Formats: sequence, structure tokens, C-alpha cells
Amino acid sequence: MIEVSGLSKRFGAVVALDDVSFAAADGRITGLLGPNGAGKSTCLRILYTVLKPDAGYAKINDVDVVEHPLWARRELGVLPHGAGLYPQLTTRENIAYFGRLHGIKEPALSARIDQLVARLELEEIADRRAKGFSQGQRTKVALARALVHRPKNLLLDEPTNGLDVMSTLSLRNWLSELKARGQCIVLSSHIMQEVAALCDDIVIVAHGRIVAQGTTEALRERFGNKSLEDIFVETVAGS
Amino acid sequence: MRTPILVVCRKEVLENGRDRRTVFSTLFFGPLFAPALFAVLINVMLSQALSSMDEVMELPIIGAEHAPNLVGFLRRYGLEPADDGPASLEDARAAVARGQHDIALAVAPDYAQAFRNGDDARVTLIVDRSETGATAASQRVRTVLDAYANQIGMLRLQARGLNPAVLRAVTIDELDVSTAAARSVLLLGMLTYFLLLATLAGGFYLAIDATAGERERGSLEPLLTVPVGRSSLLLGKMAATICYMLLSLALTLFGFMIALKFVPLESLGMRANFDAAVALQTFLLLAPFTPLGAALMTLVASFTRSYKEAQTYLTLVLLIPTLPLLLASLLNVEPDFRLMWIPSLSQHLLVTALLKAEPLSWSYAAVSATASVVLGALLALLAIRLYDREALLG
Repeated sequence: MIEVSGLSKRFGAVVALDDVSFAAADGRITGLLGPNGAGKSTCLRILYTVLKPDAGYAKINDVDVVEHPLWARRELGVLPHGAGLYPQLTTRENIAYFGRLHGIKEPALSARIDQLVARLELEEIADRRAKGFSQGQRTKVALARALVHRPKNLLLDEPTNGLDVMSTLSLRNWLSELKARGQCIVLSSHIMQEVAALCDDIVIVAHGRIVAQGTTEALRERFGNKSLEDIFVETVAGS
Repeated sequence: MRTPILVVCRKEVLENGRDRRTVFSTLFFGPLFAPALFAVLINVMLSQALSSMDEVMELPIIGAEHAPNLVGFLRRYGLEPADDGPASLEDARAAVARGQHDIALAVAPDYAQAFRNGDDARVTLIVDRSETGATAASQRVRTVLDAYANQIGMLRLQARGLNPAVLRAVTIDELDVSTAAARSVLLLGMLTYFLLLATLAGGFYLAIDATAGERERGSLEPLLTVPVGRSSLLLGKMAATICYMLLSLALTLFGFMIALKFVPLESLGMRANFDAAVALQTFLLLAPFTPLGAALMTLVASFTRSYKEAQTYLTLVLLIPTLPLLLASLLNVEPDFRLMWIPSLSQHLLVTALLKAEPLSWSYAAVSATASVVLGALLALLAIRLYDREALLG
């Protein structure tokens, strides 16, 4: 369960977030939808504690992340934007490094990596160095890395960026599976179809403010028979 | 216990061990390039110092026909009259000014007459003192001329029944107390410079990797989401940097042990005095410099926005430890307790003393090590504070 309230953040004169509040429930996928520069990444970065908010709070299971950043990071699996790997390390080594930093010891670590490699179909590249991986391969490894400590909450910043159709589909299947296991998933995207296809709840953000939020169905109902795309264009233009 | 610092350090050592640039700068630049360059440099310097006195030097002489005896004497000492030298004093002056000759000698037309009469026979040395090569040449010609004048003077005294010793009221005997090892120190003094440079070069790419590299690859942000304090991450990276610096230092010392075998220090009556025991002591004296170097490089790299920018700034950092060395060689400073508080200079003085085979003061070494480590710790703290900024993500 993730909750942000009254979240504000500015970088110099630029207001990145202005009084943003929403909640993401367990067993659901919540989508932050908005154009580039809307403040989606800033919001996620505050949640995974690399940025501090100027005002408001962000909580995971009712614990403030600003007050307990290390605890928050243990509770979170994070796929940041770009998600770089270490090119000189193999897939296994990349995952193992984060596993060790999460305090996972052998043999549990190896067992967990085997499990992730099998589930994400990484066998072929498991012992290859990450140098020269395709974007799809990189994202998969980064996702495995983010899940190594079995986090209950998952934050994904533009996870489908640069992925081809097949990779996008398998990522969707994966997220649906994690959702079914009761995990709380928040992802950001600027692609409406993706959010509509994947998310149970949608938060539309533009210029650092929330312009609309609700379940996917509720938003559809509220805006009549318009497609999500129309809603998006309408709300963003009107803000 | 597997602390996060160790996890980070181990991963950096492993990852960079697979990186060609790091391996090149750690295993090749320091250990091979520096000793080889040093050996070549010393060989060139030695051969210059040795050869100049026996080499035949061409000396334009105007009016050589007036002093056949003198010319014969000059010849015997390797000063060969130039065949196509200037014909007159004016020509000679112009030729030297042009830089065509380093030096020329003009025998006065009345030389023969004066010589025969026992008056002072005159010769003129034409030299351009602003030319560096001319100083050595004129010194050489002057020495030979003095010797000739002395010889003739003594013969004249003897011919008049006088002991030539009456002309020498004071005889100067020089007693050189420098040991053989101390004399080679001028050359070996450069060694500290090369060693410090190789040590820094060993950690160069790791220090860049810690901030700019990770940021540029996009792996920094995921790393910051693990439940480990940023200070632990940075300390782990610095520890790995220190490992590579120590490795580079050790290999470079080994390289010098081999390279110095090919340096003819003995031909100048010197003893290189660089065996395994000295190498080990040098390693121990220089090792405390590595935390300082690692922290300094990491700190500077934290300011930069990209890998390339970091490379540019760190290249300048490589010069910082050489500044005290430069100052030391200009001012010719002697080891002093207070100077032991200045990192790199203290290491230079201690290693130089070690190479001179002078007794090493362990209290000096302790102060030097403490100063370097403490300053290194302060810089590391500063780097950690920079690493804690939000702007780190860029």
C-alpha cells in the first residue's frame, strides 16, 4: 500500500510537483499517466527516497519514507528510468550484486537468482556480460534485479520504454502475475493504451498537478464514451 | 561478516578487472611504461654526462698560424680547429651570434711576438652566454687554455731556476664525502614522481566510475535504491580504488627493480641501492598516500557531470601531488619534521632518504603516514557529503 499526500517539489524556479495526492492499493496496478515532464518521475523518485519532498508526505504501509528511507528501500522493488546495468558483469552477477546489497546470503541468493532467471526467461543470457544487451534484455535483467529481495511494492518508471511488442507483452503478463499475488504496483507511462490495458487505477498528471484520478472504469464513465486518449488530451489541455 | 562496503569493493574490483582501460592504466602504464621511460631517461642523461669530455669538439680558431704550439695542445685535448671557420674576428663574432658555432677562439696577431718576449700573449674567446650549450663548451676550452698557460708558466719558472710551487700559495684538495648511493639520488629523485604518478593512474578509472561513470550508464539510480547508506557505497568504491592503486604501486616497484638493473649507475661510480628490501620499504612509505589519492580523485570526480569531464579534471589532479616535489627540487629542501605533515612531499623526502641509504626515522614515517591518512579521511568525508546531494543524479 502506497500513499502520497500533498506532495510538492520544486527544482529552483521549476515546480515539478504541486500538491499531489493519491493512494495505490495492494493487489492493484496504479498507473501515473502524463506527458513528458509532468512530474511522474519526480513523484516516483520521492517514493524511492532519492529525492526529498518540499511538502507533503509519501508513505509505504503507513510508514513515512522520508523518516525511514532504508526501511522503505527494503520494501520497494524499483525499476528506475533507463535502468542501467554493469556492462562488465554477467546477468547473474548484476542480480547478485543487488541481492548482496539487500543482505541476501548464499545459498538463498543463488536459488532466488535461478528462480528469476527461469521466470523471466533469461537462461540464454544468464552468464553473458551485459555489454551489448538489447533494450528488452536490459529491462528484463533490471526487473529481475529489482525483484531479487521479493519486495511487496513495485515502482516502475516508464518500464515499456524502448521495448518491442513481444517484450512489452511478456512484461504485462509478469506484472499481472505479480498483481495476482497481492503486490502493490505503481508504474508511470505516457502511453495511454498501455495504461488502459494494464492498470486498475489511473492518476493523470500534468504540469506537476493531478488533473484526474480513479479506476479505469470510473474514468471512462465520468468522461462518457470518450477513449482514454481523448480524456488525456482534454484534461492536459485544460489544465 | 559481509558488510555492504565489502560487497561494493569486491564488485568494483571484479568489474574493473574486466575493463580494458583500468587494466591498461593499472597493469601497463604504471608498471611497464614508467620504469622503462625512467631507465631510458637516465641512460640518456648518463651518456651525455660521460661523453662530453672525451668527444672531439670543433673549435674555429682565427689566427691559428700565430700559435702552432697552442693549437697542437688544444688538439691533444680533443679541440679540433675547424677547417672552414671564420677568417676574421668580426666574422667569428657574427658566426657565434648567429648560433653557427657555440664558441670561437681568436689568437691576436702579435701573439707570437709577445710569447717569444715572455709578455702576456693574448687570445680571445668569442661566446654567446645565452646559449645553454655554450657554457659547457666555453668551460671546456677555458680549462684546456688554463692548463696550457700553467704548463708554459711553470716551464718558464723552472728555466729561471724557481720552484713553480711559489706561484701556488694555496693548494685546494677536494674531498667528496657523498656516498655512491647519495650521488645517484639526483637521478633517482625522479623515482618518487613516477611512483606517485603510477599509483594515482592505477585508481584513475575507478574513481571516475564511482560517480560520473555510474551516472552516465544509468546504473547509479538503481544502486541508490538498495537499503544501504550512500556513505557505504562510496567507501566501498574508494576501497576498491585503493586496492588498484596499491596493486599498481606494487607492480611499478617491481618494474623498477628490473629496469634499474639496465641502468649503468655503476659507470658513474654510483650504487643504485634498489633491492627487494628497499622496494618493500618504499611500498610501505607510499601506501598511506593511496587513501588520500583515492579520496581526492573521487572528490573531484563528484563535481563533474560526465565521464569525459571527469577525465579532464582528473588528469589535472594527477599533477597536484607533483607540485610539492617540484618545489622541493627547486628549493632543495632537506627532510624536516614539519615537512612530514605535507603529503607527497613527505613521501618524496622519505623515499629519497631511503634511496640515499640514510637511516630512516620511523617517527618521521609515522607522521607522514598519519598526515596522509587523516587528510584522506577528511576528503573522503567531503566526497560523501557531495555524494549525498540530490543533484548527484544530474
